[in-house]
Amino acid sequence: MAKKRLTKQQLVVLKTFVFAACLMPFMFIIWETVFNQLGADPIQTLHFRTGDWALRFLFITLSMTPLQRFFHSPIPMRFRRMLGLFAFFYASLHVLVWLVLDQSLSMENMIKDVPQSPYIMVGLLAYFMLIPLAVTSTSGMMRLLGHSWFTLHKMIYPTALLGVLHFFWLTKLDYSEPIIYLSILLVLLGFRAALSRRGSSRRRISIVGLKNVFEKR
Amino acid sequence: MLIKSASLIKENEVTPKKDYDKSRSIMSASRRQFLTQGSALVLATSFSPNTLWAGNKIEHYKKSNSPIKNELTPYELVTSYNNFYEFGTGKGDPAAHAHRLKARPWSVTVDGEVGKPGVYDLEDILKRQQLEERIYRLRCVEAWSMVVPWIGFSLAELIKQMEPTSKANYVEFTTLYDPDQMPGQKRRILKWPYVEGLRMDEAMHPLTLMATGLYGEEMPNQNGAPLRLIVPWKYGFKSIKSIVKIRLVEHQPTTSWNESARHEYGFYANVNPYVSHPRWSQSRERVIGAPLFTPKRKTEMFNGYGEQVASLYNGMNLKRFF
Repeated sequence: MAKKRLTKQQLVVLKTFVFAACLMPFMFIIWETVFNQLGADPIQTLHFRTGDWALRFLFITLSMTPLQRFFHSPIPMRFRRMLGLFAFFYASLHVLVWLVLDQSLSMENMIKDVPQSPYIMVGLLAYFMLIPLAVTSTSGMMRLLGHSWFTLHKMIYPTALLGVLHFFWLTKLDYSEPIIYLSILLVLLGFRAALSRRGSSRRRISIVGLKNVFEKR
Repeated sequence: MLIKSASLIKENEVTPKKDYDKSRSIMSASRRQFLTQGSALVLATSFSPNTLWAGNKIEHYKKSNSPIKNELTPYELVTSYNNFYEFGTGKGDPAAHAHRLKARPWSVTVDGEVGKPGVYDLEDILKRQQLEERIYRLRCVEAWSMVVPWIGFSLAELIKQMEPTSKANYVEFTTLYDPDQMPGQKRRILKWPYVEGLRMDEAMHPLTLMATGLYGEEMPNQNGAPLRLIVPWKYGFKSIKSIVKIRLVEHQPTTSWNESARHEYGFYANVNPYVSHPRWSQSRERVIGAPLFTPKRKTEMFNGYGEQVASLYNGMNLKRFF
């Protein structure tokens, strides 16, 4: 295995760069909002922008393991946590847009809307499932939870599926976009299925991954 | 009639007139571009927004004095935010692609249970109608609304001239089918051509409008040129666009959205905040053009036209006949 290692400095530079890149969609959304560029239905536009990016970052996070395998490099794993937290960040913005702009923070509105909208229930469920993953993303938590951390974080798979279901359920007739998202997710999940069929090799990856994380601290 | 109906709708915070004036006069080119094409990165297209929007002025029509005049949704939004799947499913697609539609010359086929079937030139139909402005709130089934100053004539007048037979219980409308002019029809999103229908008493109701223009101009293509239906107390999908055929029929016609998802889009499709869409609530609506932090508007029964139309549905279970 050709292992490319990064120096600590290189890693910091790269991480800063990736962090800035992950913030770009957010900056774009802020720009659109401030300069009144959200179009005729700004609430809907914000819903789609933030929701799209939450799903995209979930998928980018999920593609780190395949990248690691493909390039025989531990580097992608170094970014997995940051990317996952960005998925959580955009999902939080998505929920916030819903709470503040759509529901006007009114409990009465929510009690009326949520039971009538299965896609909102599914979306909220997915968000609630992301919260423990974000909370346990720190190195301290990883150490504390040991192997159960990996079990817990497998929840990202059903969460991503619920996210895509949420997209399907709110769509009116033209399913081309959610179908694209579902296809990408199925490829990413299929990769894992293929790995787990090779049983032991997958276990090795997890352990190598964990070791890598601890090594650098 | 119209003035009475309009007074039912409370004035509210939406789209102050000054904003409407301002946006019409000093809207920048880039904003126009944006509004025309949504966020799509289409910069060079074969049409110029000006040719699309600078429709011919309609000279003679009776102006409306509706009190919701000051709630008008800006022209730029009315003509750039459209559901017209014949041109694509995106809200910006109709404005981007509707220049392909040849709205003149235009003919309308009249048949079924009528005394005077035939193919009529649109100009001949219009010659016999009194054009008037009607300011109506348009409520989409997707839970948004806008207020539009339509110009048109009463469908009842047209139907009377068609001389309905005693078996004419419903009216069936059909949109143009021509995938070259309407590229969205190349995808089988809905079963083309689009078909909508009304019960005869709904069609004969004085609020029901055949619209040929908006904002004092001939109907922009993306809004359903040259002839479209407006039924203000029903969800927008009932208000079929670019009509080429009007048939009076004995039995309830099969309509496009109803056929595509029977449990989601009913034949009646009356605006009703108490009957939710199976997948979302209909109790409130986003007001197109409203500032971002404006709370959503409470949806009114029959979209606020209950006083005039509720009697059409006396004794009907509106949960069942949604």
